[in-house]
Amino acid sequence: MTEHMLTIDGQRIPFTEGQTIIEAATAAGVYIPHLCHNPEFKPHGSCKLCTVKVNGRNCSACTFPAADGQEVLNNTQELNETRRTITQMLFIEGNHFCPSCEKSGNCQLQAVGYYLNMLDAHFPFFYPSREVDASHQEVMLDRDRCILCELCVRASRDVDGKNVFALSGRGINSHLIVNSTTGKLKDTDISVDDKAVHVCPVGAILIKRKGFEVPIGERIYDGQDIGQVSLEHEMPIVEEAEHGR
Amino acid sequence: MPSTPSDMKTIADIVARHDADPTRLVQILRDVQSTFRHIPAAVMDRLAAQLSIDRAQVQAVTEFYTFFSTEPRGRFDILISDSITDHMLGSREIAAYLCECLGVTPGQTRADGQVSVDFTSCTGMCEQGPAGLVNGYALTKLTRDRVERIVELVNDDTPVSQWPREFFAVKDNIHRADLVLGTKLQPGSALRWMFQRGLDSTLDEIAKSGLRGRGGAGFGTAMKWKFCREATGSAERFVVCNADEGEPGTFKDRVLLQSYAHQVFEGMTVCGAVIGARRGYLYLRGEYLYLHEPLNAVLAERRRAGLLGSNIIGRPDFEFDIEIRIGAGAYICGEESALIESMEGKRGVPRNRPPYPVTNGYLDQPTVVNNVETFAAAALIALKGGAWFSAAGTEKSKGTKILSIAGDCARPGIYEYPFGTTMAQILADCGGTGAMGLQIGGPSGIFIGAQEFERVLGFEDLPTGGSFMIFDQRRDVLEIVRNFTHFFAHESCGFCTPCRVGTSLLKNQLDKICAGHGGKADLAELKHISKLVRATSHCGLGQTAANPILSTLERFPEQYEQRLKAISFEPGFDLDGALEVARRMSGRDDAHAHLAQEA
Ligand SMILES: Cc1cc2nc3c(=O)[nH]c(=O)nc-3n(C[C@H](O)[C@H](O)[C@H](O)COP(=O)(O)O)c2cc1C
Ligand code: SF4
Ligand code: SF4
Ligand code: FES
Ligand code: FES
Repeated sequence: MTEHMLTIDGQRIPFTEGQTIIEAATAAGVYIPHLCHNPEFKPHGSCKLCTVKVNGRNCSACTFPAADGQEVLNNTQELNETRRTITQMLFIEGNHFCPSCEKSGNCQLQAVGYYLNMLDAHFPFFYPSREVDASHQEVMLDRDRCILCELCVRASRDVDGKNVFALSGRGINSHLIVNSTTGKLKDTDISVDDKAVHVCPVGAILIKRKGFEVPIGERIYDGQDIGQVSLEHEMPIVEEAEHGR
Repeated sequence: MPSTPSDMKTIADIVARHDADPTRLVQILRDVQSTFRHIPAAVMDRLAAQLSIDRAQVQAVTEFYTFFSTEPRGRFDILISDSITDHMLGSREIAAYLCECLGVTPGQTRADGQVSVDFTSCTGMCEQGPAGLVNGYALTKLTRDRVERIVELVNDDTPVSQWPREFFAVKDNIHRADLVLGTKLQPGSALRWMFQRGLDSTLDEIAKSGLRGRGGAGFGTAMKWKFCREATGSAERFVVCNADEGEPGTFKDRVLLQSYAHQVFEGMTVCGAVIGARRGYLYLRGEYLYLHEPLNAVLAERRRAGLLGSNIIGRPDFEFDIEIRIGAGAYICGEESALIESMEGKRGVPRNRPPYPVTNGYLDQPTVVNNVETFAAAALIALKGGAWFSAAGTEKSKGTKILSIAGDCARPGIYEYPFGTTMAQILADCGGTGAMGLQIGGPSGIFIGAQEFERVLGFEDLPTGGSFMIFDQRRDVLEIVRNFTHFFAHESCGFCTPCRVGTSLLKNQLDKICAGHGGKADLAELKHISKLVRATSHCGLGQTAANPILSTLERFPEQYEQRLKAISFEPGFDLDGALEVARRMSGRDDAHAHLAQEA
């Protein structure tokens, strides 16, 4: 069997049939910034942070199939600037007051901002008016921080088998809704052990009464950058999937 | 609030009429909206239960499409087309007059629930505007006189079905016919030829014709059909005709469906035979609701004539039928994979590609999606052969293209030209000789200036899905661009970050510059966002949303620079304007309640 091969920034990367570019990269220890992607779930492709150049064309690494001979550009100044701008867009379309957010330090949006050397929000804030849902005993949904990645949607549907969440609306009015008559979490069968409660990359879905259990300064991204953390966490997942293939 | 037993019966009837089929959710919601003038929360629960789908899906679909609302609209729900060519015909003044006479605020239903007025994206009546819709039905040629009549009809509670017919007259306005519009097709004749010739050689003829998709992207039609035909492991294959025609300034599919429906359906049937499909769908934009009944009548006629259904033209081995699905106000549903999502009863969000619809389309089955004009041409090619078609046009663009011409010219309407025709020729024919610039291909296409009028129609030079807008010296380039940029921000589906956020940023940035609050840095910023949105968006909408800005910045930089303030940075907001709320709340308007802004 001949080994499949592509290159990322000139480095030769092997891949197996059916893998996406980001899976091949992760398996080989190459970090491609991403937010809506999580190797445990079906590829989605909405945040566009993982944008890479494949043979000169922009593609989303998390959805684009790896193919022999692809020349992929990833860690270039141009792409990282693009990613920084996209990250700024995600910040200004929501309401992110990091200093008072329980997720601060564990938040992937924040961490990606650091990684991409984002020093300000750049654009004027949109200050949207979004609903907070604190109706549930144990789970809290603060839509101000939602980046519409649909990880909770996928987790609830594909892993929990509950369909608690969905995206609704259109364009800049897109928003996360809860699948119940009242639209409130308390009227769903969500439970604190559900996968959906644990996949949010930001501080939009939080578990109640767990505030600041780990002090600021000792949180995930306080000591390590998101590139390292991401690879450590995701490499085994991708490898396992590869063996299952 | 519908909750009475008779309301619930109405809902049950609507669901039954649609066979409780969840893929028909958009159709069902259309009926609910037209019955109750909104989609009440209680009805969402009911529909979810009766269709065995999530309530969240019902809500999500409701909140996606412009023609659905969660708050009651008026018993007379009037929408005014807000495209730039409507503006040029005075639509904004007409709308203001209408609102004044009716005593309504745009976007708000009158307190008595009788009427609501709002704006909507281009309704496809560009050459007979100002245009609008009342309870979904197209209104053309709105004048002050008509507005006064409409106000009476609304206040007298006269049902729309009893309004004067001429308010709803939609003309074809065909000024130049060529191969596709000028060739008479006897219903069934292309099908007979196809079977005589054989399916393989019919596909060969389509290939020889060089026909490329007429909806925009220009993909080879024979190639698409071949891929679909060869897709393996499928239960069924589908033919879908894309009649979403949402690109502002495009109205040629409307004319094809109004006066050449047999030809379009025959093309779909040819495709069905070639790829081995038994079911076809026509996805009709909601704005063309007035065509629904006439099109169904044509379908019925074809069934009676043995041109649809089973045993078509006496062939027991060939069965094919066509169903019409109607949209609900979403430009993005013209994108083929979003269209398929919509047909499946979902929000119109473009899918990831690959896989493409030819292998994984409607219900995950191999599906051909083609434009209306593509099918109309394919029917004639099946009849007359490939060489007949490829004799016209250029090396890379065979055949003819139907244009919908609107804007500043003496004879707006439909013109069919061989590819390779110059802009100058087209302008001479339609009486648009005073043109300062042209928007080719609609907002997603490009804006060209007078020095480029020797350029030609074709995939290799100036491609267009049909939209052709003419602007003369009186027009303000930035106002045109602003209209288009607002359009994209309104129509972005919201799936991907660059398009969702970027189109809003572009809109705000352009508004700032047009309002005279922009500095040099703002222009650079405009360009920077434009390039990013173009380069990183998920689908064609985002990838083209900045075209109006980028193509005019390149050609008319002075138009932008004229609007700039002398300083290089200007705050994004109007300091004094921001105090307006505070002034209103405190009832003050004296000099000390105002702030001067340094400029
Ligand atoms: C935002 C967007 C809107 C579109 N709208 C239409 C449309 O209204 N009608 C159409 O035929 N194609 C439209 N298209 C192109 C379709 O995706 C698709 O390419 C076309 O229907 C294929 O048919 P054709 O090969 O016959 O052109 C649109 C594409 C995008 C990205
Ligand atoms: S979710 Fe992340 S980015 Fe948003 S406020 Fe919390 S820490 Fe900040
Ligand atoms: S709540 Fe969290 S996981 Fe769900 S869509 Fe929003 S950001 Fe993504
Ligand atoms: S990580 Fe690929 S698009 Fe979000
Ligand atoms: S939302 Fe359609 S291109 Fe991004």
